[in-house]
Amino acid sequence: MKKTVIAAAVGIFAAMVGSAQAQETFKKMKETGSVTMGVRESSGALSFTLGDGKYAGFHVELCQRAIADIQKQLGLSKLDVKYQAVTSQNRIPLVQNGTVDIECGSTTNNAARQKDVAFANTTYVEEVRIAAKAKSGITSIAQLNGKKVATTTGTTSVQLLRKHERATGVNFEEVFGKDHADSFLLLETDRADAFVMDGQILAGNIAKSKSPADYRIVGEVLNVEPIAIMMRKDDPAFKAAVDASLQGLIKSGEMAKIYDKWFMQPIPPANVKVGLPASDATKAAWATPNDKPAEEYARK
Amino acid sequence: MAAWDWQVFCKDTITGEVAQGCFGQGGDITYLQWMISAWGWTLSVAGLALVVALIVGSLIGVLRTLPNKWLRLFGDAWTELFRNLPLLVQIFLWYHVLPGIYTPLKELPGFLLVVFALGFFTSARISEQVKAGIQSIPKGQRYAGLAMGFTLAQTYRFVLLPMAFRIVLPPLTSESMNIIKNSAVAFAVSVAELTMFAMQAQEETARGVEIYLMVTLLYFISAFSVNRIATFIEAKLRVPGLVGAK
Repeated sequence: MKKTVIAAAVGIFAAMVGSAQAQETFKKMKETGSVTMGVRESSGALSFTLGDGKYAGFHVELCQRAIADIQKQLGLSKLDVKYQAVTSQNRIPLVQNGTVDIECGSTTNNAARQKDVAFANTTYVEEVRIAAKAKSGITSIAQLNGKKVATTTGTTSVQLLRKHERATGVNFEEVFGKDHADSFLLLETDRADAFVMDGQILAGNIAKSKSPADYRIVGEVLNVEPIAIMMRKDDPAFKAAVDASLQGLIKSGEMAKIYDKWFMQPIPPANVKVGLPASDATKAAWATPNDKPAEEYARK
Repeated sequence: MAAWDWQVFCKDTITGEVAQGCFGQGGDITYLQWMISAWGWTLSVAGLALVVALIVGSLIGVLRTLPNKWLRLFGDAWTELFRNLPLLVQIFLWYHVLPGIYTPLKELPGFLLVVFALGFFTSARISEQVKAGIQSIPKGQRYAGLAMGFTLAQTYRFVLLPMAFRIVLPPLTSESMNIIKNSAVAFAVSVAELTMFAMQAQEETARGVEIYLMVTLLYFISAFSVNRIATFIEAKLRVPGLVGAK
């Protein structure tokens, strides 16, 4: 008797979990009156924490505007936005299982990920660069032969470095930080000679460091990656709504102003500016909105 | 639930193509080879840390039972220091803080710093167990040894420690298994062990379930093997009439 009760309970639970995955975002927003935004703790100017459970950044603001537009579209009187901090590791599983409805961080749009999640139109095109101490004299990846290179576990840069080592025969020793702040600390304390990561994360960390003048972003562009807002797969209505909101911002010129606000003006918490103007690739992505994965950018 | 893709382990880590025979050629490695190498790192960190922990822990445990007040105080201070801080905090202290204060430490590879951090953390727990083992032996044993004309060192070596270690073999087995599991925190300071492999491979292949299942299995096998080896040692060392004998 006990066994059948347990079996039945497990069966019902499994069915509930199964059906939750097919739930649409709009339905969830109407039923619960809330939406969960995935945010990052230290992803440069795209998404970061101000402490005390508050988050800010370029993508965070774009998501807040999109959610406000959707609230108007659905006619909801009250829509609670819950912020959920995510890491490079868990961002995709959390979107897949429905814990996070919209992830507004620094996620690269690539073909492998498009099998599990959907991306809004690309709002930022990232270039992978090298950060090194100015006095080290490092200006290109070839000079990193035999040196220690830091990068963050769970990012696309790890595989990129591995491919580069193989392709060019440069051999360096990789040191892994557990998150971007940790990897920058490795560079700061000279445990690493260079930090390879998306340019805006490098710029953000340098701007927030104790002595920004000690660091330089150097070397050739190692990879071009489209960064986009992430959401659950197979929910075309939600994606269309987010894309429409972004498109509205681009048309009205707000997108460029919001970019400027986060990348060219002083930002909290340290009131320093990142100083990274919109690259040509980013402006091109705004001009022709698309959600092409990174592989198509590499082919160009 | 999506279909399983166990072929992911045969994928080349650079090109993402499935390699023949699951092992890469010409310098390229597959995820399977990477996982085995990461397993090797886990076992090395855990093994070396266990050696450090057993030696230091036993020494400190013995110190805590000596008649000399200052040695006892040193042993107690050591144990309390390493017992009251979380392991991850201790690892960060060894990796970031101590090299900042005492710069020659920066030259040491992260692997060694983790061995010390994990070893000293576990040594505090082992010292507590060894001390408990020695104190559970009736006081008369120590005095009988001294009355026989043994020096204190000889009393420990021939009378007290043989019994004490047999008594605390089960808790020591637990500590040895714990060290295998605790070695997972080494990923935070860039040791390329199983947990870091799991995190990175999951990111690259997007097949988290298969990767984490295999890593779980490897951790289980490692810890369980330690358990079985310890049981074997316990059986071999059994003395009829002493505690724990059949």
